[in-house]
Amino acid sequence: MRYLPKSPSERREMLDAIGVATVDELFQTIPEKFRLRGPLNLPGPLSEPEIIDYFKARAAENSSGYTSFLGAGIYSHLRSVVTDALIQRGEFLTSYTPYQAEISQGTLEAIFEFQTLICQLTGQEVANASMYDGSTALTEAVLMAERLTSRHAILIARTVHPEYRQVLQTYARHLGITIREIGFSSTGQIDRAALAQESFADVAAVVVQSPNFFGVTEEISQLAEVAHAGGALLVDGITEAVSLGIVKPPAEADIVAMECQSFGVAPSYGGPHVGVIATRDKFVRQLPGRLAGQAFDAEGRRGFVLTLATREQHIRREKATSNICTNEALFALAATIHMTLLGKQGLRELAEQNLAKARFARAELEKIPGVRRAFSGPTFNEFVLEFPRSVKMINAALLRDKIIGPLAIGTAYPDQTKRGLVCVTETMPRAEIERLASCIKHILETPI
Amino acid sequence: MYPADFRYSKDHEWVKIEAGIGTIGITDYAQSELGDVVFVEVPKVGTHLKAGQTIGTIESVKAVSEVYSPVSGEVTAVNDALASAPEKINQEPHAGGWLIKLKLSNPGEASALMDSAAYTAYVAEKSKEHSA
Repeated sequence: MRYLPKSPSERREMLDAIGVATVDELFQTIPEKFRLRGPLNLPGPLSEPEIIDYFKARAAENSSGYTSFLGAGIYSHLRSVVTDALIQRGEFLTSYTPYQAEISQGTLEAIFEFQTLICQLTGQEVANASMYDGSTALTEAVLMAERLTSRHAILIARTVHPEYRQVLQTYARHLGITIREIGFSSTGQIDRAALAQESFADVAAVVVQSPNFFGVTEEISQLAEVAHAGGALLVDGITEAVSLGIVKPPAEADIVAMECQSFGVAPSYGGPHVGVIATRDKFVRQLPGRLAGQAFDAEGRRGFVLTLATREQHIRREKATSNICTNEALFALAATIHMTLLGKQGLRELAEQNLAKARFARAELEKIPGVRRAFSGPTFNEFVLEFPRSVKMINAALLRDKIIGPLAIGTAYPDQTKRGLVCVTETMPRAEIERLASCIKHILETPI
Repeated sequence: MYPADFRYSKDHEWVKIEAGIGTIGITDYAQSELGDVVFVEVPKVGTHLKAGQTIGTIESVKAVSEVYSPVSGEVTAVNDALASAPEKINQEPHAGGWLIKLKLSNPGEASALMDSAAYTAYVAEKSKEHSA
């Protein structure tokens, strides 16, 4: 693909061919007030050394030496140097969409492996490769459910990540989709009694997340029964992929929308991430995004191709399953390499370490007078604690000890200002967990 | 080749009308142009269609094509067999490969469609254009 600017005479020729006097005329359908007049407010160009200095200065802004107990959709996990070394190979790093199967077998096989691993982890039959992130994957899963059921209402648990719900709201606003939120019970799970009260007449999907935003696992098989009894589908969102090393695969869900950042992708600046949707084979025609399939060439040799492309925008235009027409191929590859390095046993051990460390941390923190578990449901590597003081106040004090403390969930749940979400992964040393507990104890003993 | 009791559209759909119910499919010519059919999307029972509206899509190894209803009415049945055996459209386009049945709301519309002889001539003309 070449990016060469057009000369004025070429522009003239093209305008004449379509019978338009000026390029501006092509934009007449855009109201005047929305049109850009004048240059964008951007800094001027920099030379290469200036660019390097600029980014060095930005990198120097990073604080170091802090211990973070944040999770909530982005997780700090060990990453192998092998992953980075492999994804930086030119064949992977600079490759374009592998439309041309005969020159793209390596890329296509890697995509196929990614899909296979995701299916094995989720208990689903087909997975795409891939979506931008977990939040867009969840939204696309909802749109899929809407198309599959021809229904237009969504019941979504308030235990789903608040930002994921915001992304869904943004999409739904102009699509005629009604979103009804279902609260949570003392277990920290979706309020089943409230769900039972809902009319399912126009409901396309019940949407939950497991482990949910409070770190609590939802009862997927029971929720699937409730959804199915109402003629709706069950969509399960997963933000912490490592949980699948120990949590039962959500095979009963109809669509699984997952964030794979935990598999070999650094938390970075909150992105980029890698999402994926897995579902039942019978729903594949409504699955958005790229899909690699196994095929055989004229001589019967195994090969890989992009398949079912008729779902996609470059073939079907406005009738495509999604207007998302790109993906996170390189990070899907990173996730594939990461999963392969871990293996089945390795992933299980990793998940067990997360579970054990989080349990240890919870027990240590619960020893502090006035600190208690907020929810009784089963958790993985995150849990919500209730403190006798505002979490924001505690965090401000913890920061002086170079600890980034529990996420104050009151920002998203205004009635929960004394509750904080703690995340502990395999990367957290025991000594740091104990330091967190002793610092919080000390803070709470200090009069306000 | 083209049954005498069917009526045909310029878009290569056929309709067979019996007691106010129209059975709709695509013609042998259409299936041969499409090639091997791999997927068929049909509307739900109860859908109201106007003549010329999209019934659904047929996907072959070569292309995805819209199928248009030659007549107006309410969908009373869809050919579920096509979900697992879309090749029926290639094998028996005028019989087992039917797509939907409609309860006609305006039976007069059928008179505007071609009969077997007219469609045979129409297809012969199309084939000539292709080979030209």
